[in-house]
Amino acid sequence: MTRSATRDVIMTLVVSAILIAVMPMLVGTYTLTVLVIYGMLGLSLGLIWGFGGILCFGQAAFFGLGAYIYAISAINIGESTLPMILAVALTAGFALLLGAMMFYGRLTDVYLGVITLVVTLILFKFINTTAGPQYKIGDARLGGFNGIPGFQTLNVPGDPGAYIWGDALFYVCAVALVIVFLLVTWLLRSSFGRIAVGIRENETRMALMGYDVAARKTVLFAIGAGIAGLAGAFFANWAEIVTPTLFSLGQSAEIIIWCIVGGLGTRLGPIVGAAGLAYLKFMLGQQSMIDNTLIMGLVLVIFVLFLPRGLVPAIGSLWQASVGRTARRRPARRMRRARHG
Amino acid sequence: MDISFVILVEMLYAIASLVLISAGLAVVFGMMKVINLAHGEFMMMGGYATITAVGLGVNVFVAMLVIAPLIVGLIGLVVERLVIRHLYGRLIDTMLATWGLSLMFIGLATMIFGNTTTGISTPIQGFSVGDYQVNGYNFFIIVMAILLVVLLYAVFKGTRAGLIARGTMQRSDMAAALGYSPDRIYMATFFCGSALSGLAGAILAPLVGLVPTSGGAYIAKAFITVIAGGPSLIAGLVSSAASFGFVSQVFTFAISPVIGEVALLVAAVILLRAMPQGITSRFFKGKL
Repeated sequence: MTRSATRDVIMTLVVSAILIAVMPMLVGTYTLTVLVIYGMLGLSLGLIWGFGGILCFGQAAFFGLGAYIYAISAINIGESTLPMILAVALTAGFALLLGAMMFYGRLTDVYLGVITLVVTLILFKFINTTAGPQYKIGDARLGGFNGIPGFQTLNVPGDPGAYIWGDALFYVCAVALVIVFLLVTWLLRSSFGRIAVGIRENETRMALMGYDVAARKTVLFAIGAGIAGLAGAFFANWAEIVTPTLFSLGQSAEIIIWCIVGGLGTRLGPIVGAAGLAYLKFMLGQQSMIDNTLIMGLVLVIFVLFLPRGLVPAIGSLWQASVGRTARRRPARRMRRARHG
Repeated sequence: MDISFVILVEMLYAIASLVLISAGLAVVFGMMKVINLAHGEFMMMGGYATITAVGLGVNVFVAMLVIAPLIVGLIGLVVERLVIRHLYGRLIDTMLATWGLSLMFIGLATMIFGNTTTGISTPIQGFSVGDYQVNGYNFFIIVMAILLVVLLYAVFKGTRAGLIARGTMQRSDMAAALGYSPDRIYMATFFCGSALSGLAGAILAPLVGLVPTSGGAYIAKAFITVIAGGPSLIAGLVSSAASFGFVSQVFTFAISPVIGEVALLVAAVILLRAMPQGITSRFFKGKL
């Protein structure tokens, strides 16, 4: 067990080091940075949906919240270290409250989806109305539909003059993604992660075994939200402006599509799905013959109908079939409850 | 006196439009436990069908009440045969697939009609009550919503088709054993649900500027109303539309329209927290 864990970590580090070195030669770092950020966002939903069985329609709410908290606190503080920490901590705290309200109320599947969707809409509508000068937090005006521009972007901790941008921002984001990925791996290997998967498979059984299902789901939900908040804060640094569209329904929809296409119940799938589809969208944006919403929709329908397990598990089983039985692996995690409610 | 009349009309109008927006989704969800997230786009297409038909010289009421529901119903039929038929019983997967469909329809509408706002004028004149101007079209919407609810009740309670449909809703295996094909019944139900969505989109089209993404404005409200309504189709639809319409209008008059919208959403969260299975899981139990 420990040997395979060490091997897993080393593999992750080697592969990601190669990718971080090679990818900037193929794609511009400006585009790559946002792909990495989306990968992190995909991973956040992949964790709570794929391993916790919690389908959150409002992951964009946490993404946007992270970005807004970063922007507001960066304007007030004038330095980026504390705002980054705040963006993660406050978003996770908000999710903790929301999650406690939902999970202790024993809400499940569709009803959970409605509540998370509604919370996203409330944030979207509220932020959109905050155009007037009376809506300000400290020195930061919320700016309504125009968003908040001109905040302090990421800098070397302790030195507000030394900005991290361009190539450097890409490397920071990529390393952050690797760290988050390793933390998620560790979490899933810990007893907490195993029990979370148990709850996904059969909630009643886990409750009867004496685990506090509501508390565990709430904590997992908050961890996922914290990761989304971190991705949001990085996004704010990349875009250098935060707008209410971060909270939009379209954004939430996209995150769900990434997870489905990449593969639920895997750690890598959502990241691959997010980066791949975001890049596809970027390429499609350069032509005007076919509307790219149409293609995204088509991709989602086709995947749900023909490849409901997603790309990564499909490629994984293909690989196993071609390599044969030389590499024996644990049987794939079952995904019954998470996908069929 | 005048103001209270105006407020009453506005209140009824808010409730009636919620009923219209949600009816199509409620039929599909209540009958088949399929959540159609392309519902908003069905409404959008109903609106475009009306505007195109009026542009071709058809009478506006014919376009609204006959052409739009038929066209959208047929689109729904195609969608059901091609996609949804394969996903019955998989709630989350149908939601995702229909979400994909909604994106496709938005893309198609953008390619056909362009990303511009189109609209038609309201066919009914307004009139004044004392110092206030009342939109005459609001009355039309209220009347249509009442007719729709009565019609739904009559069809489900009074006709043989309604009886078979309700039977299939409860036990599809029993209905199949008695010689009715659930597949055909589901197909017909989805056609009716889509036609209702198209009708709602057509009726509301004169009130809004129509863009390909208009559907997004409806789907969240419809989704919330239907889920909060709970298991009973008509009782759930009317009771949740009434409570949400009431709450949002009270806050709209007291503070502002945006706060009214937010109040509706907050009310939905509180309501679902208190009654996790919807209103009709506690009240009006066993009603249709």
